[in-house]
Amino acid sequence: MDLNYSPEEKAFQLEVRDFLKENYPKDIQEKVAKGIALKKDDYVRWQKILANKDGWVAPGWPAEYGGPGWTPVQKYIFDEECGAANCLRTVAFGLVMLAPVLMKFGTVEQREKYLGDILNSDVWWCQGYSEPNAGSDLASLQTKAERNGDHYIVNGSKTWTTHGHYADMMFTLVRTSQEDRKQKGISFLLIDMTSPGVTTTPIITVDGMHVVNQIFLEDVKVPVENLVGQEGEGWSIAKSLLMHERTYIAQVPRSKKQIVRLKELASKERYNGKPLIEDANFKAKISAVEIELMALEMTNMRVLSKLSSGDAPGAESSLLKVKGTEVQQAITALLMEAVGYFGMPYVKESMTEGWQEAPIGPEEASVLAPHYLDWRKSSIYGGSNEIQKNIMAKAVLGF
Amino acid sequence: MNLEFTEEMVMLQDSVNKFLQNEYDFETRQGLSKTGVGYSEDNWQNFADMGLLGIPFEEQYGGFGFGQTGLIVVMEAIGKGLVVEPYLASVVLGGLLIQRAGSEEQKEAILPELIGGNLKLAFAYVERQSRYNLTDVEFVAEKKAQQYCLSGSKSVVFNAETADKIIVSARTSGDNFTESGISLFIVDKKAAGLSSRDYQTVDGLRASELTFDNVMVDMDALVGDVDGAFSDIEYVIDAASAAICAEGVGVVTQLREKTVEYLKTRKQFDQAIGNFQILQHRCVDMFMTEEQMRSLSYLAAIKVADGDGAERTKSVSAAKVYLGDARSIVGEQAAQLHGGIGVTDELDVAHYVKRLTMMNALFGDRDYHLQRFSEA
Repeated sequence: MDLNYSPEEKAFQLEVRDFLKENYPKDIQEKVAKGIALKKDDYVRWQKILANKDGWVAPGWPAEYGGPGWTPVQKYIFDEECGAANCLRTVAFGLVMLAPVLMKFGTVEQREKYLGDILNSDVWWCQGYSEPNAGSDLASLQTKAERNGDHYIVNGSKTWTTHGHYADMMFTLVRTSQEDRKQKGISFLLIDMTSPGVTTTPIITVDGMHVVNQIFLEDVKVPVENLVGQEGEGWSIAKSLLMHERTYIAQVPRSKKQIVRLKELASKERYNGKPLIEDANFKAKISAVEIELMALEMTNMRVLSKLSSGDAPGAESSLLKVKGTEVQQAITALLMEAVGYFGMPYVKESMTEGWQEAPIGPEEASVLAPHYLDWRKSSIYGGSNEIQKNIMAKAVLGF
Repeated sequence: MNLEFTEEMVMLQDSVNKFLQNEYDFETRQGLSKTGVGYSEDNWQNFADMGLLGIPFEEQYGGFGFGQTGLIVVMEAIGKGLVVEPYLASVVLGGLLIQRAGSEEQKEAILPELIGGNLKLAFAYVERQSRYNLTDVEFVAEKKAQQYCLSGSKSVVFNAETADKIIVSARTSGDNFTESGISLFIVDKKAAGLSSRDYQTVDGLRASELTFDNVMVDMDALVGDVDGAFSDIEYVIDAASAAICAEGVGVVTQLREKTVEYLKTRKQFDQAIGNFQILQHRCVDMFMTEEQMRSLSYLAAIKVADGDGAERTKSVSAAKVYLGDARSIVGEQAAQLHGGIGVTDELDVAHYVKRLTMMNALFGDRDYHLQRFSEA
């Protein structure tokens, strides 16, 4: 057991740190630090910078597809440095979720057609999984794709589609046949968002922002070459993909940075004439979250270490998802609590760029309660935490 | 011993609930919250006509004389309906402060007008640095001849925008963090030198930042004894805390009912998800929290009515700790059990969750009240 980095790993860490210092746009950094809503251009701009640096935008990709071909430890270091530098998290849909699927299940033509555009952020992907009546029970999805010559005709609706309004393409799960076992008739299909019959409707979340959407699909013509894998193989493809999503969801480096933010805020805020961080109750609450995060980080490293020896992510990704989101949510609660009464003012404009007015109370206070409320979603998305516990109960404990 | 509501209170409860049922659906509430001054003046007048504005006040000033326990019924209804009218700011904080600390002239001049719906009050006591400490008062009132000069800022003053008069706490002597040396003044909202920055709050109410730039008031603006207002402030914050604990019961009742209803109708895995025991137990936790909160809100109201002392402190802080716990046990769980739609702006559930979340910080959060309880 050795937690220390090798000399090569240390050199790599410095290289990443220097690169971020010189190349990460300051305006984006400031937005991330203040919790201000990010725009499509922010993501694309940063992702292109990373892509041009030897494919750093895709840490998980092998070199043959243009990725950096990093070891798990290098990926970990990169993630860590990005978190510490308040880096914008790259959009996972194309880079982290779809790309590995195409590499594993896609045809040569599909890889050639899509991977380059994903790497260069020239095509924005969204995920079409959940439906109004298929949430936790994803396999009950009803969006239908019927074969008609060299096309599928797709009808149905997808929901909670993050950044669907930015997207050029959507990877989606559709039903291609009715089978006794509902998981069996599901296929993995790529849909062009500009196709006739695709409508994107905003869903406004509790923080008043527009990030997620409902997508309506009405007689949408999709070429058969957009099918990934075989008909009926969609469920097993989706399962392998969701595991990647869940490891990504843990967000340890981000949470570490949020703890730093929390401590800075609690050092500036005053209570009983002293900095809030000297208040015994508040200090103990920060410590409790730090302990959870410490354990999570080490668990994450153990999983990584296993992955480097060639194992696929299994039920551990469910553990990381549950604990990771619990920590994220606990931090959003403490940030809100740190500003006391100043969590109450709702200044919607302060959550988007360009707001120039004086803050009400502590700077950035007005985003904290909306963030707390919005982050409730993290224990719901990516397979709710209840579903993750079901997975662990079955897969690990053998119930 | 009798823990039932009196006949009069039950009648009052029926009429409030009927009004909310008929005139206060969620869409109407959202519309009011987002436009104009954030509530309906017509509703306010209706409240006056129904007698709601006079509930806690003595009969000689035109009130019902129901006191603090009378507030339970209205506040629970306010919670259930997510009412945006300034009842807490004007009747509870402002009115009770005048009834407790005001001179006979002040009571006679203010309370009947307030009860009739013609005059509104707001109470300004939070400061940028004060957090929940009521002795942390940097706002200064300086005596100049036969006047006081008020200068400083107050934060998150609920419904100051439409208040006719602001009651403000100020330091008239002594060091900061001492109980003595704090006084209360009642100031015309239009007074020269008083400016405000008005805004919406996360839970759809209205509040303001107030700046007093050498606002001059006469001696009769003083409410209660000079230098001796701390116990009055502590009283009214306790009274208002007890009131929002009753409001919290209304909020929690709605969240529990709506969540149970949703679990009984939402189908996944070919059955109502309410069939899963793990989800049933979460709802049972909500239900138990709701009942315990109800008990503590009654106790707090009774103890506030009984008078000052450690018992009042303990019971109010206990109720407030429970209200803080409800943020996670009821609020977060209600959102979780609704899944994605629980975090959308469209569904009323998210707005009950917002109110419950904001109520934790209002008048001191869970940690503050746990400590206050332990020290009482």
